[in-house]
Amino acid sequence: MIKRIWTLFVARNREFIRDRSAFGWNIAFPFLIVLGFGLMFGQDRQVLYKAGIVYAPAQQVRGRGVDNSLTKEPLAEQQIDAFKKTRYVEYITFPSQEHALKTLAHHRIDILINPSTGRYWVNATSPKGYIAERLLLAAGTDSGPAFIRQTITGRETPYIEWLFPGILGMNMMFSALFGVGYVVVRYRKNGVLKRMSVTPLRPWEFLTAQIISRMFLLLGTTAVVYIGCAMIFGFHCKGSYLTMLFIFALGGFSMISLGLLVSSRSSSEEFAGGILNLITWPMMFLSEVWFSLEGANPWVKKISLAFPLTHMIDGVRKVMNDGAGMSDLKYHIIALSAMSLLFMAAGSMLFKWQRE
Amino acid sequence: MSIILEVKNLVKSFPEVCAVKGVSFSIPRGICFGLLGPNGAGKTTTIEVIEMILNNDAGEILYKGKPRGASFREEVGIQFQNTELPQYLTVKETLETFRNLYGRRADIDDLIETCQLEELLDRDNRKISGGQKQRLLLAMALANDPELVFLDEPTTGLDPQARRHLWEIVRTIKRKGKTVVLTTHYMEEAQILCDRIAIMDYGEIIAEGTPQELLNRHRSGTRIHLGIIPEKEKLEGFPWQWFDNDGFLEIHTDSVNHSIEELMRRGIDLSSMTIRSHNLEDLFIELTGHQLRA
Repeated sequence: MIKRIWTLFVARNREFIRDRSAFGWNIAFPFLIVLGFGLMFGQDRQVLYKAGIVYAPAQQVRGRGVDNSLTKEPLAEQQIDAFKKTRYVEYITFPSQEHALKTLAHHRIDILINPSTGRYWVNATSPKGYIAERLLLAAGTDSGPAFIRQTITGRETPYIEWLFPGILGMNMMFSALFGVGYVVVRYRKNGVLKRMSVTPLRPWEFLTAQIISRMFLLLGTTAVVYIGCAMIFGFHCKGSYLTMLFIFALGGFSMISLGLLVSSRSSSEEFAGGILNLITWPMMFLSEVWFSLEGANPWVKKISLAFPLTHMIDGVRKVMNDGAGMSDLKYHIIALSAMSLLFMAAGSMLFKWQRE
Repeated sequence: MSIILEVKNLVKSFPEVCAVKGVSFSIPRGICFGLLGPNGAGKTTTIEVIEMILNNDAGEILYKGKPRGASFREEVGIQFQNTELPQYLTVKETLETFRNLYGRRADIDDLIETCQLEELLDRDNRKISGGQKQRLLLAMALANDPELVFLDEPTTGLDPQARRHLWEIVRTIKRKGKTVVLTTHYMEEAQILCDRIAIMDYGEIIAEGTPQELLNRHRSGTRIHLGIIPEKEKLEGFPWQWFDNDGFLEIHTDSVNHSIEELMRRGIDLSSMTIRSHNLEDLFIELTGHQLRA
């Protein structure tokens, strides 16, 4: 049994490593993305910014509007009104300054304004924060700026450190889903699976070998990319590397299991590709790879919780950016474990050696 | 000679067709058993049921006198007709990968020598020819030193030289005492390699025996071919059966000398004449009413 799993593990690793285009892409892709964002520091060209405004609950009206009559600083309100006329800026109200500052530190919003104190906060490393600040200042009245600039206390999370777990997670997602899903479907289509089915090899042995091989390659390439980027950009992980590795491993396992589920029966690469795209694209946009869902509709946030990528990226960000430990990640660990079990059980039950 | 495989009243249906209709045969140990038939005859379905790829609806299959158990897959070797090889692996790595899937393993050097793979060991699977690929697939089928080997059209698509190469390997396998079950479209191949033959059509076995038994039982005789069709009046009352075979004259006779004398007496030009014995292909066409289709 062990020999069969080991043999397939070695064979699959050889295939992956010798397929230089796929192997190179798995390493190069996240480097290129992070490098691109690194070059974009201070030259952000994105068009959507999120501004947080702190209001006490009594000052809030329904939705995200502001009741101007209740604010204490008319000059500040004039500047906010002018700022709000800026297009492509979304305004999110916060009842608590403490929560809002934490949200800002995690780059979920780009600027935070508290009209009652006449202060605003930005992340010094955030390219979007820089632009949002310029927009706020440009909205000043003739009497001069109504707000005083503040920087958030403690070590703020550099924007690229917030982004990095998302890029790594996305790379793992593509590698896990397409790397496993496509390969199994191709094996089934060209008869390799049928050939294996007439040996003493059992389905679970085959699936285990695929999982171990892809886990090994996923974690290996992720480690290479992490170390490379950390050396280039000087990343700092506030939490334990072991905890981060655990979350990456659990997230990777969950997505490999999802790949095996998708490939459990199909023998059409086109069909499998369509299904994989149907899964990966929403995950890429709703799992906070590129931007935060702060301020998004609650149902969008709820949908995002159904994706393993959301839990993996959020978990890794908590470890890397906040120094979270295992106990802080209970919710993500339980969610990822449950999804892995579900995907594996369904994938194993549906698995067929041959095309239908 | 003991029976290694026995199939009794095997039935297998698919939603729209009954592919195997009560097939029975038995295979003595150490022989090469040929299963012949046109596409759609049911031979691949029969073999795949025996190989435990498909489940049978009715009937019984006995391996060494007992129903097939978990050890069946350990003890048999299978070569499919259309199997791609894992990409990016060398010939030797592929062979070792499949060999390691079994508890019982053939000696790797012996395998390489038997299937003449010495020159190919370090070559990428994607860079070997059709004949070389078939030899590797055959080696993979022998990786567990099986007692019973299933070869499904192993020479289809190969050039004549590669085909003869593979025949020689099959003969070597037989010499080692292994039992071979061969499906093929090539009658010449069946006649050369098989000790016993079963011809299937429409899900049933329509003839079974040694090649010579079949020829003797169903028809003996000789075929005379002429490259022309003589005038009709010259063939009037000709004592043996003759056919217009796409512009050629074909005569079925049991007396070559008398037939030739008769043709000469009638003044028919014999300069394009060829003579051959009645063979399996003729028998097949007579039995099934259609040509073998590759």
